[in-house]
Amino acid sequence: MIAFILKRLGMVIPTFIGITLLTFSLIHMIPGDPITVMAGERGVSAERRAELEALLGLDKPLYEQYFVYISNIAQGDFGKSLITREPVLDEFLTLFPATMELSLFAALFAIGLGLPLGIIAAVRRGSIFDHTVMSISLAGYSMPIFWWGLLLIILFSVTLGWTPVSGRISALYWVDTVTGFMLIDAWMSTEQGAFTSAVQHLILPSIVLGTIPLAVVARMTRSSMLEVLGEDFIRTARAKGLSPLRVIMKHALRNALIPVVTVIGLQVGILLSGAILTETIFAWPGIGRWLLESIHRRDYQVVQGGILIVATMIILINLLVDVLYGVINPRIRHSN
Amino acid sequence: MNKTLKLFMGAALATAISATAGAKTLVYCSEGSPEGFNPAFYTSGTTFDATSRQIFNRLVEFKPGTTELAPALAESWNISADGLVYTFKLRKGVSFHANKSFAPSRNFNADDVLFSFDRQRVKDHPFHTVSGGSYEYWDGMGMSDSVKSVKKIDDYTVEITLTAPNAPFIANLGMDFASIFSAEFANKMMAAGTPEKVDSMPVGTGPFSFVDYQKDSQIRYAAFDKYWAGRAKLDRLVFSITPDASVRYAKMKAGECHVMPYPAPADLAAMGKDKDINLMTQEGLNVGYLAFNTQKAPFDNKLVRQALSYAIDKQAILDAVFQGSGKIAKNPIPPTIWSYNDDVKDYGYNPAKAKELLAQAGLSAGFSTNVWAMPVQRPYNPNAKRMAELIQADWAKVGVTAEVVSYEWGEYLARSKNGEHDTVLLGWTGDNGDPDNFLYVLLSCDAVGGGNRAQFCNADFDSLLKDAQKTTDVAKRTDLYKKAQVVFKEEAPWVTIAHSVVYQPLSKNVVGYKIDPFGGHAFYGVDLK
Repeated sequence: MIAFILKRLGMVIPTFIGITLLTFSLIHMIPGDPITVMAGERGVSAERRAELEALLGLDKPLYEQYFVYISNIAQGDFGKSLITREPVLDEFLTLFPATMELSLFAALFAIGLGLPLGIIAAVRRGSIFDHTVMSISLAGYSMPIFWWGLLLIILFSVTLGWTPVSGRISALYWVDTVTGFMLIDAWMSTEQGAFTSAVQHLILPSIVLGTIPLAVVARMTRSSMLEVLGEDFIRTARAKGLSPLRVIMKHALRNALIPVVTVIGLQVGILLSGAILTETIFAWPGIGRWLLESIHRRDYQVVQGGILIVATMIILINLLVDVLYGVINPRIRHSN
Repeated sequence: MNKTLKLFMGAALATAISATAGAKTLVYCSEGSPEGFNPAFYTSGTTFDATSRQIFNRLVEFKPGTTELAPALAESWNISADGLVYTFKLRKGVSFHANKSFAPSRNFNADDVLFSFDRQRVKDHPFHTVSGGSYEYWDGMGMSDSVKSVKKIDDYTVEITLTAPNAPFIANLGMDFASIFSAEFANKMMAAGTPEKVDSMPVGTGPFSFVDYQKDSQIRYAAFDKYWAGRAKLDRLVFSITPDASVRYAKMKAGECHVMPYPAPADLAAMGKDKDINLMTQEGLNVGYLAFNTQKAPFDNKLVRQALSYAIDKQAILDAVFQGSGKIAKNPIPPTIWSYNDDVKDYGYNPAKAKELLAQAGLSAGFSTNVWAMPVQRPYNPNAKRMAELIQADWAKVGVTAEVVSYEWGEYLARSKNGEHDTVLLGWTGDNGDPDNFLYVLLSCDAVGGGNRAQFCNADFDSLLKDAQKTTDVAKRTDLYKKAQVVFKEEAPWVTIAHSVVYQPLSKNVVGYKIDPFGGHAFYGVDLK
């Protein structure tokens, strides 16, 4: 097991270097630079441009900028935003709890609904329920997030007035940031009604962000269950006279979950990329929107640092999933 | 959704409203996050709305809703006969805001003015490089060249000496970058080893004091009880940052915000009909134009420029591109700016006349050229590509073949500055409401190779602008600028296309709001019914 984990860890380093190279070259390949974008129609004189380039460290050749960037990262320094002049890591840490809160609830929504739907669809294979779940999940999987979000806002927030339109909490509540998790901060605050407001604000964005993972989890659970339900040991269990519920929940589900766990792990990347759109629609102050705006502003430091941090997290989560996979699937553990 | 859940939500909403019924809170759904909280560092309206327009004052300020200057932190000022020395008498009894790290021990005085300007002006000032200081507008408005010295005469008198007479200078002092900071707070923060707090925890004298900023989410302000011009009518002001225009509109409809900027053009019709929304409108302080490269043949010939001006159907462009959010422009300055010459006659749409002029110029067989279209959306030109296509079609009717060209924005600006184009679509949004800020920046000989995309250098026009800079007499300046607009129209270096129309949706219960011709959003004087 240890060897298995070490082997996986060894692969992390080249991936890591690859990511730094890729983000660095991609962001520098986009035409335009932060100074031009900032100056706009007004323009900036050649002397002023030279001054600013020196100030922002953009006057050095690209390879040198890359090495400065890499050696700073090695020391845990992700640089400072070219626009706000705040350290990238500080900005990330301020915004990350919002993304994490949203992703967590989106994942709960996707797994909490996707697993039972997939199981029932598999058990009642070919029924109307099965067909309905599968067509709806196909639709969910193909849903353009922006459109879906606006549709839900117009229906539930504007027409029916059930949920708030956007943000993390009503502007009327002045909740202090303590943990960065709005539910916790609102719970601790003395403002009456703040917690309810925070919960209400989570509903629509979680549904929108969770829609694609929901579809994936439901479909994956169904197909994996179907495969397991056809295995010999299930027939044996049934033949022993075990109750159908026991056969499904204890014997079939445990085995069917193995590929589902992997898929759920892979959804983390999808959640984070989906967060870019969801956060923009729902004015959710998380890292997705932060990265998107930094690209528009050509804030090289934030784009490089931010993407690196996010990519590292995805690598670590995938590593965790690999390990977890080994834990729940003895076949893999032993073959290694 | 079942009944219980509905009840629960209804009850929650009711408590939400009653919980904070005591404080009068105005929610403004702003379009983006401020870049920071020191307006001297930045040039974007989003940042100014969040900082200078609520938290700070300047020596002089524009009267709300106009481009006219009025006394603010300076009660009065006089200008020496040679136009070089400006002496400001400062207002007494003005308090600064307090925050967690600072309680002011004295009122506003000359030291604060010196601190605010010297920080930007003097390269070895202890605060010059704090927070990576770069002072875009101070440099952009030419303050480094025009200000020779800033002197404290006594606690309530400041004298600014210029290097040359420069009438638009006083209007620059009304701009956001000239906001007055507390020198006492700065010194305290410097002593505590945290000088950058001056820029992240702004302390000003304005109507609202800064409470806190939750990054990318909300900015909170409280009415400043000791505001020198009288406490604001609101108790709290919240900027709820909402980047998407349709979501902002949804928030207005759901009652989650009272004021929103920049509605999507597609929503305007519905907003106009909405009985809960008051849709205010005003012409923006901007102009969208097509500049001919007057140093390239055949555009070095006035007749060709006039001909192609006659050949464009502006009304058709307005209908197709602006959809009600623009007005035809005949002068290079918008009508909200003083000295706008309404007597100038525009080139009407007249293809026959265009052909006649082309024949006079010896180009009756037509010629080939290009039209550059901006890759970005601006209020003065919401869709440059479509506009370029319409111009292309209009010119084809008089025998001129034009190719539509576009580049990435940075590239576009740089290449058009160098004059690589034949004709280029661009525009300008004014900074200080002075005609000089349009005419000199965009059309003077000095601006060739810079803001002057027409590469236009006309001796008569230029001397009118230079004379107008030298006198501080507004009546004389008005006369000079009016004459300059006549020369401009005759020479036709641009086809003036449109001024945008700014739409400002407000909830019906918002009273006292004035549209700012500079495009800003300020909430002093606003109340909720």
